[in-house]
Amino acid sequence: MAPGQQPRDVARFDRTERWLHWANATLVGVLVTTGAILYWGELSSIFGRRALFKEIHVIAGLALPIPFLLALAGRWGRALRRDLGVLNRFSADDFAWLRSRGRDRSVRLGKFNPGQKLNSAFVGAALVTMLATGTVLRFFGPFPLAWRTGATFVHDWTALALGLAITGHVWLAVADPDALRGMVSGVVPARWAKEKRPRWYEAVAPDDRAPEPEPEPEPEPEELSPAAGS
Amino acid sequence: MSRLDVPEGAPVGRRVFLGLAAFGLSGIVWGSKAAGLMERLLGPLAVKDGTGLLGLLPTGRFRIYSVVGSLPNRAPAAWRLDVDGRVGAPYAIGYDELLALPAVELTKDFQCVTGWRVPRVRWKGVRLADLIDRAAPDGGVTAVGFESFDGAYTETLTLEQARRNDVIVAYELDGKPISSAHGGPVRLYVAPMYGYKSLKWLQRITLVATAEPGYWERQGYDTDAWIGRSNGRGDEPA
Repeated sequence: MAPGQQPRDVARFDRTERWLHWANATLVGVLVTTGAILYWGELSSIFGRRALFKEIHVIAGLALPIPFLLALAGRWGRALRRDLGVLNRFSADDFAWLRSRGRDRSVRLGKFNPGQKLNSAFVGAALVTMLATGTVLRFFGPFPLAWRTGATFVHDWTALALGLAITGHVWLAVADPDALRGMVSGVVPARWAKEKRPRWYEAVAPDDRAPEPEPEPEPEPEELSPAAGS
Repeated sequence: MSRLDVPEGAPVGRRVFLGLAAFGLSGIVWGSKAAGLMERLLGPLAVKDGTGLLGLLPTGRFRIYSVVGSLPNRAPAAWRLDVDGRVGAPYAIGYDELLALPAVELTKDFQCVTGWRVPRVRWKGVRLADLIDRAAPDGGVTAVGFESFDGAYTETLTLEQARRNDVIVAYELDGKPISSAHGGPVRLYVAPMYGYKSLKWLQRITLVATAEPGYWERQGYDTDAWIGRSNGRGDEPA
């Protein structure tokens, strides 16, 4: 990119973040599909082979933490850890956005809108819950029978809520192809960033005429932050 | 990198995450009570619900279990029930023949030992006592063994339990032929006991002097599985 040219794209998610997202999407897709087959008798009749689907469901569930742990483990997880910190923090603008239910056009959002922040907190908690209750259901031997009942109850209702959240997530992503591109190719158009996430845009591309912030492989110069790992 | 490294604002995300996770995980302990409450509140609604939407909610609905790899499947025309053992007149009966016998209908809650309960399920079938009597059991019979065509699932009842009026060999569930997932074309329905006693995919009834433990009894469940009085549970009777 020539100096002085207006940047068209802004780097949004690095390779690790995108890898984690799509690894999770794949596992959750497998879990939703096999879970639905096991849950609805009608589907069970169509597909038969319950034991196979149960096995796939259990393996995919137990594998769920692995991409997270791998992505967070090393230097390559720096952007991910920083974004987790960003997802945690709610600014005054975020609260104004929530109060207006997203309609207040004057709020200036950072990298994520508060809906995305709440969704990530919910999905994270829901996956932890599904994993724990699923483990009780699969390895019920040592637990009291009432725990099995409780785990069934929580697993079912959390699955329903998670299903709604995922449907909404996919719906909104498809409705905003620019945002979706951020998770597919890693970059979003500068126009999108300026309009939808102005505070983030100013931080990553403070000068419109400055060259595009360099994308991978070297996302950013190092600055050790004590908050990064939190 | 910019000041984004030091995020500003209230740490709401982490609190929401931890709060929801604690809520979800603690549900393993309180969930069985909540499940009971939910079935009492939503169960009656689901029965009246014409849209079937409430039927999609995870309450008041059957969970499908099977003990072998795939769902056993047998067309009604190919289905046959053998009644044998210590009897004077062993016999086999086909599907159409079974449907021609005097029928009884039962409408009761279906209670699983793992906690779920389906309200007001309608069953239609033939009294087990009628099928037993037709085989003329001898004086030494004290128990009845049941065998499923899945090749693994077995169950037992004492002769006294098997003769109860609310124990039937069922071929209709909620007005429709019983599907394979629900144990069709013909299954046992033991109304006063937990669901695992109601053997699915029934193919054989054997009258015996002493019963071998059934499939779930070998997994540690009670043989006399009265709802609310066994397996350490206190459910309302159906």
